[in-house]
Amino acid sequence: MSRLRGALLAAIYRKASGRQALPGETAAALHDYMVPCSGEGLYHESAVVDIYEKLPVPFGLVRFGVAPDHPEVKNVINAFTQTAHHDRCSFYGNVTVGKDLSIEELKQAYHALILTYGAEANRTLGIPGENLRGVYSARTFVGWYNGLPENKNLNPELSSETAIILGHGNVGLDVARILLSPIDLLRKTDIAAHALEAIAASKVKRVLLVGRRGPLQVAFTIKELREMINLPDARPLLHPSDFEGIGQIVKDLPRPRKRLTELMIKAALEKPSGNEAERRAAASKEWGLQFLRSPMEVIPGNDGKWVAGIRLSVNKLEGLGESAKFVQTEDVEDLECGLMLSSIGYKSYPIDPSVPFDHQQGIIPNNLGRVLHAPGLYCSGWVKRGPTGVIVTTMHDGFETAVSVLEDVRSGALDVSASKGGYEIMEALLKQRGIRPVSFSGWEKIDNVEVANGEKAGKPREKLLDVEEMVEVASQ
Amino acid sequence: MAAASLRRGFRWALRLRAAPRGPGSPPAHRQDRRLRAPARDLHSDPDTHQYDDTSQKSENLTDVVNVTFIDRSGRRIPVKGKVGDNILHLAHENGIELEGACEASLACSTCHVYVDEEHFDKLPEAVEREEDMLDMAPVLQLNSRLGCQVILTKELEGMELTLPKITRNFYVDGHVPKPH
Repeated sequence: MSRLRGALLAAIYRKASGRQALPGETAAALHDYMVPCSGEGLYHESAVVDIYEKLPVPFGLVRFGVAPDHPEVKNVINAFTQTAHHDRCSFYGNVTVGKDLSIEELKQAYHALILTYGAEANRTLGIPGENLRGVYSARTFVGWYNGLPENKNLNPELSSETAIILGHGNVGLDVARILLSPIDLLRKTDIAAHALEAIAASKVKRVLLVGRRGPLQVAFTIKELREMINLPDARPLLHPSDFEGIGQIVKDLPRPRKRLTELMIKAALEKPSGNEAERRAAASKEWGLQFLRSPMEVIPGNDGKWVAGIRLSVNKLEGLGESAKFVQTEDVEDLECGLMLSSIGYKSYPIDPSVPFDHQQGIIPNNLGRVLHAPGLYCSGWVKRGPTGVIVTTMHDGFETAVSVLEDVRSGALDVSASKGGYEIMEALLKQRGIRPVSFSGWEKIDNVEVANGEKAGKPREKLLDVEEMVEVASQ
Repeated sequence: MAAASLRRGFRWALRLRAAPRGPGSPPAHRQDRRLRAPARDLHSDPDTHQYDDTSQKSENLTDVVNVTFIDRSGRRIPVKGKVGDNILHLAHENGIELEGACEASLACSTCHVYVDEEHFDKLPEAVEREEDMLDMAPVLQLNSRLGCQVILTKELEGMELTLPKITRNFYVDGHVPKPH
């Protein structure tokens, strides 16, 4: 049987995401490659896998989404590195599929393509004033502090005391935590230098996280909430009235929702005593959760250019639990702020007209990772399931797609009898087009430079921010 | 950082078998040649626990704790650990496919296992941080623990650790993760 040549397309990814994050595509891709034994021996003894990635550096959201103060989550890089070192796995960074190489060209050269390019865009609010200055998507803000090259010049406005974050997910909590963390804690992380400097000079003291629904519908998870509650020099502001009636329902909830809600209730209702009371009274920063509010309009300041506040509709809930829906009432509420971040979810783009895409769900239509009506095409990660889930879910998802590929090889549904050219063909095309791919060992040179630069500053690394510089370093 | 930190015990074996295995025999996997530890065939050497060339041949037998892993296909894999081993480590040493993405730092839930009831009760209670991460584990059960937090003692002799099946419907309670 000729070698199965597969290409994992880590083409466009990037999504600034929250912790635990979602190692976007490269991770889904690398998990795809680490196919586990499911008892039947589905390993393939001669599969060759090539990974194409838009940026010169691998790892996707593990590098650009996970917050700088969550280094343990990034340990998974060791596992990915081991996979990437395998003889029959190759990484080609600085190659944009859809621009430098086409899907059609890749289909000619490989037996199977696995699309793992994640969700690079964010959902937009669709309200007036969304484009005022001082209004950013959480995605670009996270990209900014995580050293994503395309966001390095964001230069966000941090000179007002109050910031409002729209959305009750982990990304929102990450942003709030980074905005309010004591600077000495951030100094020791791999946060981008320009962000460290800006946050050190920041005047932001108060962050409100505003969500459309209630406490039982929050999307963030308990670890992140606990971190906010325990954040040094910050006090939580939760309103007891938001939790009326919730205490009764809590005991019947599934465990994760129950523990999370109990923690919120405790933070809202329990009066702290002793040291904790002192700590909170002395805190110079504060953060809060506002429920049942939907953004209607971003209100500009006198100059008409910068955000000064937000008009919110007051909502009520219909239905119960996770599927409860919000309904706007006649009432509105205005809140002042000088910085606004929308954190309402990510979105995938179609990569090529020849690849089916469900615009409504924002995913590639598939069955267990097999792209529908497109033999030889598979998908994995956020572009397969939607932009939700943590490492464990993306990991299992990657495994699922890999198992689908191997099953198809076995059954003959994926025909690998004809030999395919693989990277040799792509290499020639890239050369013609003047593209310099970065290999995994090229990334390791970048890695060494970043770690060395970080050491000087007492940080785990100082990320390179410029793609050209990365390519230069990689080619030395 | 990256390549340098391949720690013993956290091998991510790339499974490339030359020939199909018969039923019931544990996988003898070929390791990435960059790894220094020798390949293990559990059948040929059932009584010694070779971590590396300098492992203690004169191991104190009273330190041995026998446990059984049950993999995702239901296959039972008996393993000899020793007092103080953590289950994730032990799984990796024995080629059991228990992932450990965050390398035992309580920052993920990929090493989620089910512990048999009798031995579950003997384990010290999970700390809050473990409970928080367990909340994220797919198909959580009452006897769920994170493998990296289960440390062997003599009392745990005979413990059975079952790997959760990877199913499409990740959450028993029908919970669907919300968008971030």
